[in-house]
Amino acid sequence: MSPAVGFKDATAIVGIAQSEFAKHLEPTEAELAYQVIVAACADAGVDPSEIDALCSYTMEQTEEVEIARNIGCGDITFFSQIGYGGGAGAAAIGQAAMAVATGQANVAVAWRSRKRGSGPRPWTNTSVQLRVPGQWTRPSGLLRPADEIAILTRRYMHEYGAAREHLANIAVAIRGHANRNPAAMMHDRPMTHDDYMAARWISEPLCLFDNCLETDGALACVIVSAERARDLAQPPVYVHAFAQGLPAQHQTMVNYFCEDPLTGPAWACAKRLWANADFGPQDVSVAQIYDAFTSLVLLSLEGYGFCGRGEAAAFTEDGNLEWGRGRLPVNTSGGGLSEAYVHGFNLINEGVRQIRGTSTSQVENAETCLVTGGEGVPTSAVLLRR
Amino acid sequence: MSNAAAFSGSAASGPTLSQDGFLLPTRDGDGDGFWDAAAQGELRIQACEACGRLRMPPRPMCPWCRSTDKTWRLMSGRGTVWSFAIPHPPLLPAYSAVAPYNVVVVTLDEDPTIRLVGNLVATPESPLNSIDPESIQIGERVEVAFANLISVEGGDVAMVRWVRSGS
Repeated sequence: MSPAVGFKDATAIVGIAQSEFAKHLEPTEAELAYQVIVAACADAGVDPSEIDALCSYTMEQTEEVEIARNIGCGDITFFSQIGYGGGAGAAAIGQAAMAVATGQANVAVAWRSRKRGSGPRPWTNTSVQLRVPGQWTRPSGLLRPADEIAILTRRYMHEYGAAREHLANIAVAIRGHANRNPAAMMHDRPMTHDDYMAARWISEPLCLFDNCLETDGALACVIVSAERARDLAQPPVYVHAFAQGLPAQHQTMVNYFCEDPLTGPAWACAKRLWANADFGPQDVSVAQIYDAFTSLVLLSLEGYGFCGRGEAAAFTEDGNLEWGRGRLPVNTSGGGLSEAYVHGFNLINEGVRQIRGTSTSQVENAETCLVTGGEGVPTSAVLLRR
Repeated sequence: MSNAAAFSGSAASGPTLSQDGFLLPTRDGDGDGFWDAAAQGELRIQACEACGRLRMPPRPMCPWCRSTDKTWRLMSGRGTVWSFAIPHPPLLPAYSAVAPYNVVVVTLDEDPTIRLVGNLVATPESPLNSIDPESIQIGERVEVAFANLISVEGGDVAMVRWVRSGS
């Protein structure tokens, strides 16, 4: 018996919702969270009082007790928070699905609400900079996530002969998808390869357009059993497989201290994910890959097995990640780079839309979608299917 | 629990800055041997007393043999640039003032999986932007140096820098 029997396709995402995405939204993070959870329930056709499981990120500031008190839940019998920032998104879905599949709950909600667009920038705060694990990197001037990932990016380019043009392929493909999505912050802002090459540096070799947006926004998903899903308003989007990954000797964001820093958490996560799935990377119709930085997409394409090690740069060529052209359209709503950066939760909702057939860059007959959490931190991934 | 504390596992005891506004290491017990050696002008890396393997960053238990007996082994101070970044603003003010500067990751000759983060500088006391970023190469040979920064509390803190071999 496969270890995943009991989980595979046993649950489905039946409701999704999102706020506006903007540099500044008036409501608080908590208000945004309540609004999107109630809206996701309405999308599903379940009453918020039925929610009995709540899953989110440790970095989420809206606590379960406040959610439950505001939206009028009854007894909550499962709640979990997953660590490591953007690594957590797919795990919030996966743990919610596990709770439902194992009988710990009937109606689970996963959510993320974050005012990163209008909030303070973490690197302006010296006490944040000086947390203890930072003693080995921060004083030397690796202050921001972009600096930390720039180190891995340059090493990647050096080892495999990748160039800035390959990072541009990713940024331009994803921007094109945002241009087709009216909800995306960059909907009205086309970008060419020349625009990319002319952008100012943030941390060489990463320029402005290698970096995700700064967004105020919130999103939520509702998960129920496959059996319940059949009676609800939306076509079920089955949670086929789920995995988390924390590889040996990993260091969060500054993964320079292990034997092979260019094979990070995605590799550990992918091994378990594909072992628990009925299909492989060649069968994935469309992928939503965590893109806080363009180079994380390169690492993830290799980690999840879409190409071999060192081959991801070539994989981005000839529009291969673009809707309507490529073998693997990636981040079809615009991702973190060009739709909204809400710790990757918008990738989950877009994965659901692709399987429902309602994306603004709909992949024809999309049967399966991979959604990943962030590479470079302990991560997670889910496979969604029709 | 604050965001930062939740993300990193443990909170810093309080900001420590140099008089010029640069960050200084927030020490925990695990790394004391490294910083104490640096203050003596020595590069020492934690090693397991039982199985002999080096480990970085320092920590209480050897992940290979689970011994908690440890020592601080003197390194040659020679290494190779493994990768580097060139940060540009927006940054903390002291860093913005010298940006663009380099941050290098150096592998040590004693063990290519032991890497240290630092800055490539012209001389130990030179500023972080004293090397032309365009001239830095992955694979170039470097030697450890130490710069003494004076903290806002008045004490000396030795920071790891790297200079080009033979310079």
